[in-house]
Amino acid sequence: MQAQEVVLRLTGITKRFGPVLANDGIDLALHRGEVVALLGENGAGKTTLMNILFGQYRADAGDTQAFGAALPPGQPRAALMAGIGMVHQHFTQCGALTVLENIMLGRESLWQTRLGRAKARARLAQLMADFGLTVDPDARVGDLSVGERQRVEILKALYGEARVLILDEPTAVLTPQEAEALFVTLRRLVAQGLSVLFISHKLGEVMALADRCVVLRHGRVAGAVRVAETNPAALAAMMVGGDLPGQAVPPGRPGVVLLSLRNVGGTGVDLDLRAGTITGLAGVSGNGQAALADLISGLARPLAGQMTLGGQAVPADWSPRRAVQAGVGRIPEDRHRQGVVGDFTLAENAVLERYGEAGFARGPFLRRGAIRDFAAGLIGKYDVRGGGPETAARGLSGGNMQKVILGRVLEAGPKIILANQPVRGLDVGAIAYVQSQLIAARDQGAAVLLISEDLNEVLDLSDVVHVISKGRLSPGFARGEKTVAELGLWMAGEGFDHAA
Amino acid sequence: MMEIFDILLQASFWAAVLRIASPLIFATMGELICERAGVLNLGIEGIMVIGAFTGWIAVYAGLPLWWGVGAALLAGMAFGLLHGVLVVPFGLSQHVVGLGITLLATATASFAYRLILPEVTSPPKIEPFQPLGLFGPILGAQTALTYAAFGVVAVVAYVLYRTPLGLALRACGDNPAAVAAQGLSVTGLRLGAVMVGSGLMAVGGAFLTLSAFSSFFFEMVNGRGWICIALVVFGGWGPGKALLGAMLFAGFDALQVRLQQTGIGEILPYQLFLALPYILSILALILMSRRAQVPGALMIPFRKGER
Repeated sequence: MQAQEVVLRLTGITKRFGPVLANDGIDLALHRGEVVALLGENGAGKTTLMNILFGQYRADAGDTQAFGAALPPGQPRAALMAGIGMVHQHFTQCGALTVLENIMLGRESLWQTRLGRAKARARLAQLMADFGLTVDPDARVGDLSVGERQRVEILKALYGEARVLILDEPTAVLTPQEAEALFVTLRRLVAQGLSVLFISHKLGEVMALADRCVVLRHGRVAGAVRVAETNPAALAAMMVGGDLPGQAVPPGRPGVVLLSLRNVGGTGVDLDLRAGTITGLAGVSGNGQAALADLISGLARPLAGQMTLGGQAVPADWSPRRAVQAGVGRIPEDRHRQGVVGDFTLAENAVLERYGEAGFARGPFLRRGAIRDFAAGLIGKYDVRGGGPETAARGLSGGNMQKVILGRVLEAGPKIILANQPVRGLDVGAIAYVQSQLIAARDQGAAVLLISEDLNEVLDLSDVVHVISKGRLSPGFARGEKTVAELGLWMAGEGFDHAA
Repeated sequence: MMEIFDILLQASFWAAVLRIASPLIFATMGELICERAGVLNLGIEGIMVIGAFTGWIAVYAGLPLWWGVGAALLAGMAFGLLHGVLVVPFGLSQHVVGLGITLLATATASFAYRLILPEVTSPPKIEPFQPLGLFGPILGAQTALTYAAFGVVAVVAYVLYRTPLGLALRACGDNPAAVAAQGLSVTGLRLGAVMVGSGLMAVGGAFLTLSAFSSFFFEMVNGRGWICIALVVFGGWGPGKALLGAMLFAGFDALQVRLQQTGIGEILPYQLFLALPYILSILALILMSRRAQVPGALMIPFRKGER
């Protein structure tokens, strides 16, 4: 096996963004007929590495080779031309065009006087037969299911003569059945001599599909193992690191229950948020976190079960406004879409939830001066860089935008803080700042619900950890009660069965 | 009702339908190309005016008729370039730019007219395209430009559905990110579509001065551009059905003129007849556009790296 031809080799890839080392001397080799999984948490450097391979970024050091030839850095077409096809998580397809048209797009010279439809159809039929991928070539892509659209994306790469297929979190959008079908397809591709590199943070699919697994952590290769010689717990430990969680943060002082959920949604979700604690919610995204966050932030009302705030059932007209009035501070998952209004100034964004309050309004009129002063104070206090009160929020970096949101939440003196992926996409410095602010809020008596896909983050900060999987919530585990590997099994949905 | 059947049996009626439809066909195909690439071109009304003027003034200056058509095409493409640059790489509002182009083009025609012909009270006449006299009374009454209009429909349909360029254009109008992912230039494709489309709109305008009438009046375009935008919707962004729409509108227009001279015309006010093609077009639009497939990225600027 080791003697197999190397089709893709990355050597010593290093990429620095300011003070952050996103990739640090990464080596990776993909052999002919092999499936390699690139495993790592969010922010481990997987995306940066792929962007370097596809010429979106230039590496500061290191080089990439495809089929023995060096790829010129910084040229997006180079990898494609060399036979490396990428299937992105978000498909680049035209829904109004047919499957055949999508596959032919850009494959022939624009000035050719005739579209070689018949020839393309024959070639596509051959590819579908060879690899057992069936899609109706005349179907409109917009009418297809997500799984079928992914097949179109794979066919597109194969049509472009890709010999190496890179899939970015391919199962994130698939149903389990579709995922299983994808695995069958990928195994068939590999049997025909192609090579597959897939990026994932799901242990189960790595174990099921990959021959080898390369684990990234904090921009470095934390380990490279043959899957046959390892187990999920070992991989999880490698992924999140051996560092003992929760040492840096002193424990909180639990107070009274401020918010309580009993069997909401009818799936046995029981949750208590206590004053002075951070409750962590671990789990792979898409397992019910969004529904829970919507409920607490007022975007949804409980359909079943009970939700109480400070011992009282929430009002029947539970809404975002009611939630704000009840002292729920919200750091939304998608700060661009739900956190700020991009075209509004920082001052306007800073009072977005409170502009009607006496301090900011006099009757129907806004008190512009007071709002500006408030925003200026917030900018200073929370160290927002890149603009003043009159700057449009759109112009800020993600980290600074998040600081504005954080300031808006904390300045309102919330009793409950819903922090949904509060550090996603932020650099190390901003991460540390946001986390320290959440801890400070906890110490002042707030109940914090921290939702994160990053198990490390949850373990570091939380006094109590719940795992969410397929809409079910695990019991709360005290700090240090469960190992990373044990929590990983709960995340995969296994603990529930034993408990039940 | 008998009057209507009488009219429908006249060769002159059908000849008029083809003549009235011709400028609409050119401009509708122009607008259709723009919109299939994802750009709404509201400059159409003004570009038709500048086309009518440029074609006419070129021929008046002594150029051959076909050179006049060429001059109109170039003038249209020039305004198309301006529209395209503002809307595609700069990503400005397509409504605002389009209306601005219409105002600018109309005013430019007026300004140039006064500059070139400061003294005249009524615009001078030119010798327009003559009927070819081939294939009987209906087709024979048409000029070469009408034949060209139908030729353009065939070419547009062929290019859109049978060439790699057309595929790329349609993809641009649906999801430009998919086009960019294949290494093609969305900016180049859209800019080219707007320029060619605007050129066709100007030729539609030039038809009015070089074929339909033999002179230039400012009011002669008279909302035809806006009709063409509706015709694109009516045609569901397909060239064949858009052609059908243009013929239908022209048919109503030719019919109402003739109805005014019949017994019905003595009962009903003539304004009602003038409004007839528009009323019927709106009804047809309502019926037809329900199932229309709007280009997914119409009016959405494309910036690289944004989702």
